[in-house]
Amino acid sequence: MKPAAFKYIAAQSLEHALTLKAEYGDEAKFLAGGQSLVPAMNLRVAQPGVLVDLNPITGLDFVGLRINEGLGIEDWGLTTIPNPQSLILHIGAMTRYRTLERSAEIAAQCPLLHETMPHVAHPQIRNRGTLGGNLAHADPASELPVVMLVLNAQFKAQSVRGERWIAARDFFTTIFTTALAADEMLTEIAIPLSTDSDAGRTRTCFMEIARRRGDYAMMGVATSITLNAAGVCTNAKLGYLNAGDTPILATQAAQTLIGQVIGDDHIRAAAAIAHDEIQPPGNIHASVAFQRHLAGVLTRRAIKEILEFRF
Amino acid sequence: MKDLHTITTTVNGKTYTREAESRMLLSDFIRHELGLTGTHVGCEYGVCGACTILYDGHPTRSCLTLAVQANNHTIETVEGLTTDPNKLHPLQQSFQDAHGLQCGYCTPGILMTMKAFLAENPNPSETEVREALSGNLCRCTGYQHIVDAILRMKDEG
Ligand SMILES: Cc1cc2nc3c(=O)[nH]c(=O)nc-3n(C[C@H](O)[C@H](O)[C@H](O)COP(=O)(O)OP(=O)(O)OC[C@H]3O[C@@H](n4cnc5c(N)ncnc54)[C@H](O)[C@@H]3O)c2cc1C
Ligand code: FES
Ligand code: FES
Repeated sequence: MKPAAFKYIAAQSLEHALTLKAEYGDEAKFLAGGQSLVPAMNLRVAQPGVLVDLNPITGLDFVGLRINEGLGIEDWGLTTIPNPQSLILHIGAMTRYRTLERSAEIAAQCPLLHETMPHVAHPQIRNRGTLGGNLAHADPASELPVVMLVLNAQFKAQSVRGERWIAARDFFTTIFTTALAADEMLTEIAIPLSTDSDAGRTRTCFMEIARRRGDYAMMGVATSITLNAAGVCTNAKLGYLNAGDTPILATQAAQTLIGQVIGDDHIRAAAAIAHDEIQPPGNIHASVAFQRHLAGVLTRRAIKEILEFRF
Repeated sequence: MKDLHTITTTVNGKTYTREAESRMLLSDFIRHELGLTGTHVGCEYGVCGACTILYDGHPTRSCLTLAVQANNHTIETVEGLTTDPNKLHPLQQSFQDAHGLQCGYCTPGILMTMKAFLAENPNPSETEVREALSGNLCRCTGYQHIVDAILRMKDEG
């Protein structure tokens, strides 16, 4: 239960970390919160030759709102927004869960993320775990990748070669695997925020069922529904954790809601389709059949919760 | 070849400088290098909470932290709760009064978790206490008396 030997390097800056990763490639791993990497190293499932510690770097830990002037703007501060229609929430990769769960901006502007945070692990883990580390770890059983998928988040990947933005739907390629290249670091997460307008109002909900608060859930759903002024559903997203090799969107299930004034029949139909559409792996805590059952129940509950209490 | 680092860290108000390998966990550093064996080790992969210490004031798994990461940081362990061997910290006293421990293996991690929790949350509900305890396993008490011990802290201010 002790890590194998490795070389430890405390990165002094983002450039330093990227240079080291370019030099060592797959032999090196970034150390963020260490809440997935260190257990894996203790169990010797992971035996990196070099550990590049991102914790000493300043400037990768921020939460801020910006107007959408195209991604890649250097101003990370909180600004007063004259036109709230195109707000983007920017979060630095090294922002810890404890900051996210206590952020007033996130509570006000991104209720889905705010509602999800207390479900992610235990308080002690949330004191260290980072959003970037979680997403780079790409555990399909985690709450945050599926929330990012439902929120249409964009991820900034940086390397000595430059930077690029990757959409959440392209980022998670399979279990514990992302679209990041061996020399790239995830440095920033950008979430487009929805604001109420005549065209539509969007409301969200996160629900999961775990044996214990803070444990990895047996099943969980992140849901987003948009209604127009006439009450017709113009957009719906149903995202599931622990339901496949990546976070999963049940697009066929969501399709039964779109274009409808959603009633009980639509909700039942969506839940039944989601039950079959997802591909849960099953484990000792919950069989595949039980996971599917939970997905159906949570789908119904989440849609009802949104329609009855969140508009 | 050993990857050695010089670590200067403040533990319970005292500054230590030691050399350690990068692969040494902070839990082992605290126990074996500093001799502070009040911090317990149960699982070494983050699930049990016995090794919880305060890292810059925040409850943290010392088994998921490298000793080198304590360099220039502040650590508090259960030994730091009280300096007088004849007088318990109020939280420790509350655990004794409410029978909040049996074998005591989980207790140091719970005390360090709850010290920070109560500082941020001086008047918690039972539900909040139970949520705050979710990351600490206890094989003896069934948790009821632990929850009681923490709730008693409300009355005693
Ligand atoms: C007891 C326990 C319970 C938990 N329960 C849950 C739970 O219920 N839900 C949940 O979602 N998680 C849970 N976790 C995991 C936790 O959320 C982790 O913190 C998270 O998955 C990883 O984040 P980290 O910052 O700790 O990353 P690390 O562990 O430091 O890194 C994880 C991986 O990502 C890589 N990496 C880190 N940062 C970057 C970056 N910026 N760019 C590129 N690669 C990077 C690392 O090299 C490593 O491979 C639990 C952990 C424990 C110990
Ligand atoms: S020993 Fe660290 S959590 Fe169990
Ligand atoms: S008192 Fe024995 S494990 Fe908690």
